[in-house]
Amino acid sequence: MTGPQTGRLSFKLASTMDSVAEIEAAAEKLTQAAGMDEDESFRVVMAVREAAVNAVLHGNGYDPNKQVSASFENTGKSLVISIADQGEGLDPDTLPDPLAPENLLRGTGRGIFLIRSFLDEVHFRQLHPGTELTLIKHLTPAATPDDVTQNDKDLDTN
Amino acid sequence: MALTIATRQLDGVTILDLSGRITLGEGSVQLRDAIRDLIGKGVKHILLSLGNVNYIDSSGLGELVSAFTTAKNQNADVKLLNLTKKVKDVLQVTKLYTVFDIYDDEAHAIASFK
Repeated sequence: MTGPQTGRLSFKLASTMDSVAEIEAAAEKLTQAAGMDEDESFRVVMAVREAAVNAVLHGNGYDPNKQVSASFENTGKSLVISIADQGEGLDPDTLPDPLAPENLLRGTGRGIFLIRSFLDEVHFRQLHPGTELTLIKHLTPAATPDDVTQNDKDLDTN
Repeated sequence: MALTIATRQLDGVTILDLSGRITLGEGSVQLRDAIRDLIGKGVKHILLSLGNVNYIDSSGLGELVSAFTTAKNQNADVKLLNLTKKVKDVLQVTKLYTVFDIYDDEAHAIASFK
């Protein structure tokens, strides 16, 4: 595992699937630069892609007059990714549980659940208009004899 | 890499060999059209071979579920074969691993339809 490379990248994009691909590619670069293994990288990149799809599709509704903002940062301790849309807003507390038996065979409704499952922290902020999701994945340092039992959750000291 | 679908028949089972990504847009639509086409033709035994599917998103998961329920409604079966680690991971997190009949061996999968 290589040491993390800190830095911040941010940009604004049109509400298109090309933008989703661009955000996904940026997330992949971020995880690779942080030395994340393939499985963890897949989970983070997938979560970021789901957030980008939500912003483009559900938030902005492919509206050419609305943009998606994305920022990517490696703080040295965590990867912090923010995705914001200019839509009508999202109340995450109203989303149905996709694991409930009555929802298990639904064709939709798993995006936010996957984001929450694959990351350490997910924060929603209402922008009036729009919603910003901040996705945080804590980086695991190279194991030493003193911290060999420490896991990702233990690193959440904020 | 977009999704490609190759279709073959073996012992009364229609096998779809999928390769690429099953994601919102092209991949999901291709899978939906392929399943609907088969169900529309009265095909009852469908095996989705996912050994070369390296990525699936929530939309792709939705298409797998829709394929499963569409088939059930027509007294047909859709089963899964050769999940990659990434697809298995996503199916387990979403509990869909408990919904599908999943096989690692094609011969066993074919036999299960009889």
